[in-house]
Amino acid sequence: MLLKPGARLRSIGGTVEIIVVRAAPADISITFNGQPMVAEADADLETRDATGEVPAGAVELGKRYADDELSLEVLCVKAGKGELAANGRVMTKKEARPLPASD
Amino acid sequence: MNLSMLLDMASDGFGDRVVVGHRRTAITASRLRSLSIGGAQIVRDARADAIVYADVNGPAFPVAMFSAARAGVPLVPLNYRLGSEKLAALAANHPNAVCIAAEQLTTVFENAHMQVWSAGDFMIAAEDRSTGTEPLEPTTEAAAVIIYTSGSTAEPKGVLLHHHHLVNYVLGAVEFGGAGEDEAFLVSVPPYHIAAVANVITNLFAGRRFIVLEQFTGQQWIDLVRSDAITNALVVPTMLARILATDGDKSVPTLRSLAYGGAAMPRMVVEEALATWPDVGFVNAYGLTETSSTISILGPDDHRAAIASTDPNVRSRLASVGRPVPNVELSIRDEAGTMVPPGEAGRIYVRGEQVSGEYTGTGSALDQHGFFDTRDEGYLDEDGFLFVLGRADDTIIRGGENIAPAEIEETLLLHPDIADAVVVGVPDAEWGQRLEAAVVPKPGRSADPDDIRAYVRTRLRGSKTPDRIVIWDELPRTETGKLVRRLALERLVKQYGTKGSQADQKGV
Repeated sequence: MLLKPGARLRSIGGTVEIIVVRAAPADISITFNGQPMVAEADADLETRDATGEVPAGAVELGKRYADDELSLEVLCVKAGKGELAANGRVMTKKEARPLPASD
Repeated sequence: MNLSMLLDMASDGFGDRVVVGHRRTAITASRLRSLSIGGAQIVRDARADAIVYADVNGPAFPVAMFSAARAGVPLVPLNYRLGSEKLAALAANHPNAVCIAAEQLTTVFENAHMQVWSAGDFMIAAEDRSTGTEPLEPTTEAAAVIIYTSGSTAEPKGVLLHHHHLVNYVLGAVEFGGAGEDEAFLVSVPPYHIAAVANVITNLFAGRRFIVLEQFTGQQWIDLVRSDAITNALVVPTMLARILATDGDKSVPTLRSLAYGGAAMPRMVVEEALATWPDVGFVNAYGLTETSSTISILGPDDHRAAIASTDPNVRSRLASVGRPVPNVELSIRDEAGTMVPPGEAGRIYVRGEQVSGEYTGTGSALDQHGFFDTRDEGYLDEDGFLFVLGRADDTIIRGGENIAPAEIEETLLLHPDIADAVVVGVPDAEWGQRLEAAVVPKPGRSADPDDIRAYVRTRLRGSKTPDRIVIWDELPRTETGKLVRRLALERLVKQYGTKGSQADQKGV
């Protein structure tokens, strides 16, 4: 799907929710533990299926995940156990680069 | 990307952590969230389209901000020190608002047909409505905040900041939950200042408790830093000067970081502060309301490198505002809009997700490439440090030469007898404008205009030496330290007219 900065996506493979921070204008599919992440309005949580195999690792609240090749960056707003992938490739956690507190 | 998202995350991530208030009147992240749900219900019940906030800063301010965000209406902080006529004029722009007002202003807003609350009553009512209320699903259609500019150069303009501007600002500057549990931020700016709005959301997202000093004095600031074990603080230049001018012990052992901004900071004051608190990390932040606060930062390491350097270029960076933050593009352009090389002065333009540049009534002021003209003059040095010379509107044109008053003011402030200075252009039949200055002597000192003129003349060329220098007890400044040049000019013209000074006649 075409991702727009600010879009909120929910997982039907678990509890995770993300916000798109940056995205190239391209067709990108984000998955969590192999299940698609869908737009908030389309999220039918009744069909949520978290029974699949859960990869090691966690998607942590407040952390950013990126795929540089796709110019994609998302922010985790609800945490979950497992991993995020974009077009089948696992997304990497971005290291913090906080600025000095200016206000 | 509603601001409520930031609060939901804080509530999920560290809901039990105290994020607002003194240790004894503490509000945790999860309680702030439930208060915002109750506050949004107040807005919904009143069918209001805004929350107007006209009181001192306090715990009700973040509650009002997140109540407005959750209700999908803008928060409109107003300067409670404005006269009732000016407040009524601004209130008329928001006829369907719910208002949180200081007691003495109640009738002003009731006359504007608003539902008026005291800060305390609003908090109680929000608490009452916080349970059993279905949280509203926040929208992002309305602006998050409308801030009126201080009107130091013209009539106040309403700046619209949307949720995505502020959220992007926070995401670009702050690591979620990145603050230690012991960290506490002291805010001394009033709630109608962009820094107060930014303080609420950046500290919340970092998980850092913040408290406000409602009525600033230098001594109270020092006392509160000590009693509440403050680790971070923000002040405007006039406040820092007052803190340094207090008598007695100025030690602040818990303070790690002190940010300053909001107006030009005299270099002497920074150097004195660095010498007074050698263990504190200083942060100079430059930004505008229209840019969702900070766009350029001179950090602690930059300060230390500058003060320790013998290279005059590096040392002069104490007077800079550092380098642009990563998510903001900044360029300096000449009058034709062409980018100029380092070292050359021009107009400061910025672009980025946090940059709004939108005003109520007049719409967006961004150019076709998304750049915002700050109307500030400045230049970048070879290493990318930004020096701000002042507002373009303040530029004095004397006999065809463009003169930034800030440069002359800085020189005046280096004089050992001078505490404060302003330079303005007075209409002049021969030169178009001529330079006149008003200075305030340091306590216990007297200043002699002829001596000062000679002092300036040895450092700047004749065309930049004020034709007249007068001594005043104080300069017209806003509560947040901005010089109101318009009022200084009015007073000079009223006092001396627009005829030339004696100095002119002597041909000095």
